[in-house]
Amino acid sequence: MCDQTFMAATFGPCDSCSKPSPLMNIYIKNEATNYCSLCVEMMACQGLQKGETLESLKRESETLKKKLEEERNKLNDVELHQVAEKVEVLSALSIKTRRVLKGHGNKVLCMDWCKDKRRMVSSSQDGKVIVWDAFTLNKEHGVPLPCTWVLACAYAPSGCAIACGGLDNKCSVIPLSLDKNENLAAKKKSVAMHTNYVSGCSFTNSDMQLLTSSGDGTCALWDVESGQLLQSFHGHTADVLSLDLAPSETGNTFVSGGCDMKANVWDMRSGQNIQSFESHESDINCVKYYPSGDAFASASDDATCRFYDLRADREVAVYQKDSIIFGASTCDFSLSGRLLFAGYNDYTINVWDVLKGTRATILFGHENRVSRVRVSPDGTALGSASWDSTLRVWA
Amino acid sequence: MAEGSKDQGGTGTADPEEDSPNMIVYRKIEDIVTRIQDEKAGGVAIRTVKSFLSKIPSVVSGADIVQWLMKNLSIEDPAEAIHLGSLIAAHGYIFPISDHVLTLKDDGTLYRFQSPYFWPSNCWEPENTDYAIYLCKRTMQNKARLELADYEAENLARLQRAFARKWEFIFMQAEAQVKIDRKKDKAERKILDSQERAFWDVHRPVPGCVNTTEMDIRKCRREKNPHRVKKSVYGVPDDGQSQPSPVHIGSQPTRKTTKEDVQKEITFLNIQLDRHCMKVSKVADSLMTYTDREPTQQRVKKWGFSLDEALKDPAGRDQFLKFLESEFSSENLRFWLAVQDFKRRPLHEVPSRAQEIWQEFLAEGAPSSINLDSHSYERTSQNLKDPGRYSYEDAQEHIFKLMKSDSYARFLRSNIYQDLLLARKKQTLSASIGIKRVSSSQVLLIKYT
Repeated sequence: MCDQTFMAATFGPCDSCSKPSPLMNIYIKNEATNYCSLCVEMMACQGLQKGETLESLKRESETLKKKLEEERNKLNDVELHQVAEKVEVLSALSIKTRRVLKGHGNKVLCMDWCKDKRRMVSSSQDGKVIVWDAFTLNKEHGVPLPCTWVLACAYAPSGCAIACGGLDNKCSVIPLSLDKNENLAAKKKSVAMHTNYVSGCSFTNSDMQLLTSSGDGTCALWDVESGQLLQSFHGHTADVLSLDLAPSETGNTFVSGGCDMKANVWDMRSGQNIQSFESHESDINCVKYYPSGDAFASASDDATCRFYDLRADREVAVYQKDSIIFGASTCDFSLSGRLLFAGYNDYTINVWDVLKGTRATILFGHENRVSRVRVSPDGTALGSASWDSTLRVWA
Repeated sequence: MAEGSKDQGGTGTADPEEDSPNMIVYRKIEDIVTRIQDEKAGGVAIRTVKSFLSKIPSVVSGADIVQWLMKNLSIEDPAEAIHLGSLIAAHGYIFPISDHVLTLKDDGTLYRFQSPYFWPSNCWEPENTDYAIYLCKRTMQNKARLELADYEAENLARLQRAFARKWEFIFMQAEAQVKIDRKKDKAERKILDSQERAFWDVHRPVPGCVNTTEMDIRKCRREKNPHRVKKSVYGVPDDGQSQPSPVHIGSQPTRKTTKEDVQKEITFLNIQLDRHCMKVSKVADSLMTYTDREPTQQRVKKWGFSLDEALKDPAGRDQFLKFLESEFSSENLRFWLAVQDFKRRPLHEVPSRAQEIWQEFLAEGAPSSINLDSHSYERTSQNLKDPGRYSYEDAQEHIFKLMKSDSYARFLRSNIYQDLLLARKKQTLSASIGIKRVSSSQVLLIKYT
């Protein structure tokens, strides 16, 4: 590259490299500077636009964050629990264990209900995935997997297949057959491939697509038939621990929560991060949409559950108590959205009044951490999975 | 020998990144335990209790701990306080002086506080060699209270087989520990022994008890020092045979933020700033309307108990009104509701509102003419010469009785009401039809939606 000839008004040490040479008078960010021609060339080639450095960009980002916070605070005209004083107080809840499902050899890490409202699938640290009839306690299928710590499992909407994954960095789909003797493990098909453990999985509206979250910091949408990656979602800066799809009436989005303490809302078609919420003080272990799709709840290691509204774009409630010091690992809403069931690492399930922000009741029974709670599709029962190697059905 | 004095600070307090999930809980428990022991600041009294032949130093009763937890952590139910206290014990911060099982009882059972040296926040992962030394030295001490429990004897036998080759070394270490221990003061020895035992109850729990040192594998990778040299409880040098835990894969170096990252962030923030958001008050109203749309079965049932119950509940009122409107006989209920509202009006509005109600419901040719008997009609008309908030009391009572005996009964039989009542019931029925050999008492009960 050769110097262009230019009119040198001054000669002296360059502001950049200090070598004495003919200087070009240029303006960097409204400041007059004198660079030698070589430094000007280098600066232009490095693509620095008017002196934007990493520091200046970070400053710009900080200013925008502050402005955003100010704007949002203007809309925070009242607290949800204040408005909810008008709502009738919940009548006393009497929820008891109705079933205890024994059969896993080690911690039960995940469970999901079938749309038929009576079957459940559960996965365990012992590498087994079991399909149960929650009424009769009958084990309908048992699939041994080659890897321990099966962290995630899900039932397909049709009820004809299940998905599971974990430390093997994969999420596999297993078709369920009516033939009890069939070796289901042989029919297992790997669909999702991540570069770290799979923490959560969920079928979309059909059996044909699978959404996964992973310790590699990404979420991904897969085509079950071909195993092809349809869309990936980047944005989290640490492990993603949970995801939940928006209720079908409200469209193509899902929310994810992770160890970066953020909950992100994503557009499934474009892969874009639409909204982000950061108010937890530790890992977010679980996220769940409110039944209307306009809000979601999160459970975190900071011992709180929080309620975020998408329309207000902010946290609108915090569910916490002085006596609750262990992390919340899982949460789910009742059918009406009035109650939030949250499972904790202190072996209990706390039931929160979503609107009033108070605790409606506490469920004792499990003898170790509660890893997962799910309300049945018809809202009549609550299923829970625990490190005590059992599952419980409450009603 | 393990240092048991209370003022030994634990290691790891200088760590800047105390954000691992376990540490968050440990710090909270430590705060609680420190507060409980601080007598001057409202803590419990830690005393020496006299038992028949000896004194038991530095103990507190379970009941005292439960009381303190209830008072200072705003716990209303003792069961909750006992549960929390048992967890604090299970993690090794308090322990019963005469039991290996770490739970809290709400009675005179005596408890002691664990020394900070043994706190779980110090990230202990004691090796089996340490455990072997511990069990071995217990057998060397001729004290009834230090006799090995069955499971400990079994553990010792197993370790003797596993460490057959280095048993001489372990034996020597145990002897050395016993010698050091003998030099200590008697009361101090009692305390230290119990604390040491409680430490092992956490790391080698009684069979059947929860091992609270188990970690969630998803969080293991972020341990601060994955290849930490495992320090021995008894100062035994690491003989290099301990493997770094397979779970502790080298922590990934955090990717440095690049300019692209920040530029993306700026774009994202700008989009957020442009977004039109709703006020929280509006959002709150929307959430409330959403949850109220489907009254629970319990609530619907309540409306059937009495007209009073139905009218008390705004949803009940709405449904009753809906029913009456379908029969074109809603004027009675509307009158009743208007009078309810009228009674709450500010005084200066009373005269005008009284007239409005008269015009609407009672005057000649009124648009929503209600059927009052002549007696009540006269009384009301008289009252209105000097209108007050209770001018319509008589009329309202009369209309209430009319609705109760007539339209309310029809409402309960109506499709509108029955559908709501049965809509929930249908779910349990279909559920119970699916059960073959289950009795009705085992049918899952609906308590909520």
